[in-house]
Amino acid sequence: MSKKATTESTSKPATLPAAIAADAPVNRNLSKVERIELYRTMVRIRRFEERSLRAYQGKKIGGFMHPYIGQEAVAVGCCSLMGKHDHVITAYRDHGHAIAVGMGLNEQMAEMYGKATGCSKGKGGSMHFFAPDRNFWGGHGIVGGQIPLGIGLAYGLKYLGLKGAAMAFMGDGAVNQGAVHESYNLAALWQLPVIFVIENNGYSMGTSQSRSSAGDLARRAEGYNMAWDTCDGHDIYAVRAMMDKYLKLAREESKPAVIEFRCYRYRGHSVADPDNTYRTKAEIEEYRRTKDTIQTYQARLIAEKVLTEAEAEEINQAARAEAEAAAEFAEASPFPTTDDIQQDVYWETDHPSERKSQGRLFFD
Amino acid sequence: MPVITYREAIRHALAEELARDKKVVVLGEEVGQFNGSYKVTEGLLEKFGPDRIVDTSISEAGFIGMGVGASMLGVRPVMELMFWSFYSVAFDQILNNAANVRYMSGGLINCPIVIRGPANGGTNVGATHSHTPENVLANHPGVKVVVPSTPYDAKGLLKSAIRDNDPVFFLENTILYGNKGEVPAEEYLIPLGSADVKREGTDLTIVTYGRCVLHSLAAAEILQKEHNISVEVVDLRSIRPLDIDTVLKSVAKTHRVLIVEEQKTFASVGTQLTYMIQREAFDELDAPIHRLATIDAPAIYSPPVEIEQLPNPARVLKAALELLK
Repeated sequence: MSKKATTESTSKPATLPAAIAADAPVNRNLSKVERIELYRTMVRIRRFEERSLRAYQGKKIGGFMHPYIGQEAVAVGCCSLMGKHDHVITAYRDHGHAIAVGMGLNEQMAEMYGKATGCSKGKGGSMHFFAPDRNFWGGHGIVGGQIPLGIGLAYGLKYLGLKGAAMAFMGDGAVNQGAVHESYNLAALWQLPVIFVIENNGYSMGTSQSRSSAGDLARRAEGYNMAWDTCDGHDIYAVRAMMDKYLKLAREESKPAVIEFRCYRYRGHSVADPDNTYRTKAEIEEYRRTKDTIQTYQARLIAEKVLTEAEAEEINQAARAEAEAAAEFAEASPFPTTDDIQQDVYWETDHPSERKSQGRLFFD
Repeated sequence: MPVITYREAIRHALAEELARDKKVVVLGEEVGQFNGSYKVTEGLLEKFGPDRIVDTSISEAGFIGMGVGASMLGVRPVMELMFWSFYSVAFDQILNNAANVRYMSGGLINCPIVIRGPANGGTNVGATHSHTPENVLANHPGVKVVVPSTPYDAKGLLKSAIRDNDPVFFLENTILYGNKGEVPAEEYLIPLGSADVKREGTDLTIVTYGRCVLHSLAAAEILQKEHNISVEVVDLRSIRPLDIDTVLKSVAKTHRVLIVEEQKTFASVGTQLTYMIQREAFDELDAPIHRLATIDAPAIYSPPVEIEQLPNPARVLKAALELLK
């Protein structure tokens, strides 16, 4: 939580100021039901992704898939604070954010199965989930490429006179992309209501932070005269306390910020990563054992007498069943047809009665 | 009818659309206080204020991507690239994000953005500033690409582009900015994807667009006067959508085709046209399709030689005579 933390070893998360975070008004005022809901959403993400991985191994899902497992507290914590005019955009590790903004599991699983019932009708795949009706703008495949769009959402809010903020999520690898720095500059220059959220899981694909980034990640905001902070991303209360502060500044005073959450992914960068070249099994196990975001939150809720072991197990079983049902839904759904390939390319060809242009838009 | 420059025609289109729709906003390098690098946006800041006419940093990936993001929320940004040549530093934003976001979202998201600026050689600025990327852009389904040759066309097409719900890339020409032409005082729109027969003829069809329309018209005049050859000049005006029907109609009339384009030859717009014409009008052709393009090398700096590297009336004339031999 403190800026001092960034000068420490960069591959380790900051120390937990758990008591302080839990006592922040945004957490203190949570009802029992709301606390359980945060837990349930994290569990649903994990069970959904575990089921997706099985489907991938069963060759039901093609291409890449980038599991979010281990990082759930960040997306759930941030998105739980969204108001009517708050918006979210992220990169390809997008399932967690999609569930956190309220997208259904069926449409996500079906998308990965390449089915017509998918959230993008089978046209986007795992990396490209969208739900503009939930202020969720993707799901983008190029590292850092979504960040200029994120400041565009913030610019749009400001231009249209709406009181809201954009959260532009990226991984720790993205901070070295030029488009991210260009976005920092414009956001700070024009005081756009955007929070750049760095989910620092320690590895940009298979390259550790110390081998890929010079200096501290969030601190780079200083060069743009922008507020910044770091936070334990394993602790959902800490995430919420931190984001609440900066979201308010964005919404009320149109101030941008860079926030870095220290987190950890248990799985490889993607399904294509055998995860045996750049970190040890012992390191992964250590995180699982001591920092797991769901386990620690569950223990806290049980200690707070918000939740019982049995209720936690019920939530887990329900999430498993929901993920299983999503897989069944996806399995039973039809694939798009070759006739669908050229739908959703142009607004105009999808709205032929309103077409104003002439001539050919598609070519043989 | 009032006679105004190509530059003024674009400015008038911007001003009319800014006045019509509050969601239209103009952003780019030097568009405001500096009055535009090529003075296209001169006076707009004074008229519409700094919220609508926004000077950006020299940061194409950042500000073009920002425009794409804003357009997803319903803003209608008209972004100026000082040169289309600079699209390469914003390539990911233009051709991954703007071009693909509708498709990847299964049609849930629109991207009503216009990106405009000059794309031409002929000004001795060397290879980095002389790109003509209309073929590269048009290679991406989801986008529209427009290249106007006259003040009248520039105004009517830009107004349509700004009202379009798909991303439209509008390629102007620094050498044409000062050219004058008749432009009606009253409002009009030209639909994207409508070619225009700029000169009627019976012996040869020249298919062209942009500044090459002027070279072709100059050559056609000489061909008529000195060689008694009647040339029809078809100005595509829009590359995607493409009005191939007007081209085919002309081919059916003249049976001979010369394509004139300021493109590098490999996989150019002309290459696509050639494929379509032979595929769809094979029986109408009395000769192989010829093409006159830029001599295949990076843009040379040397001023007198650059004129010869690009299409020009003398080169068009020579190519036409070869074809008709």
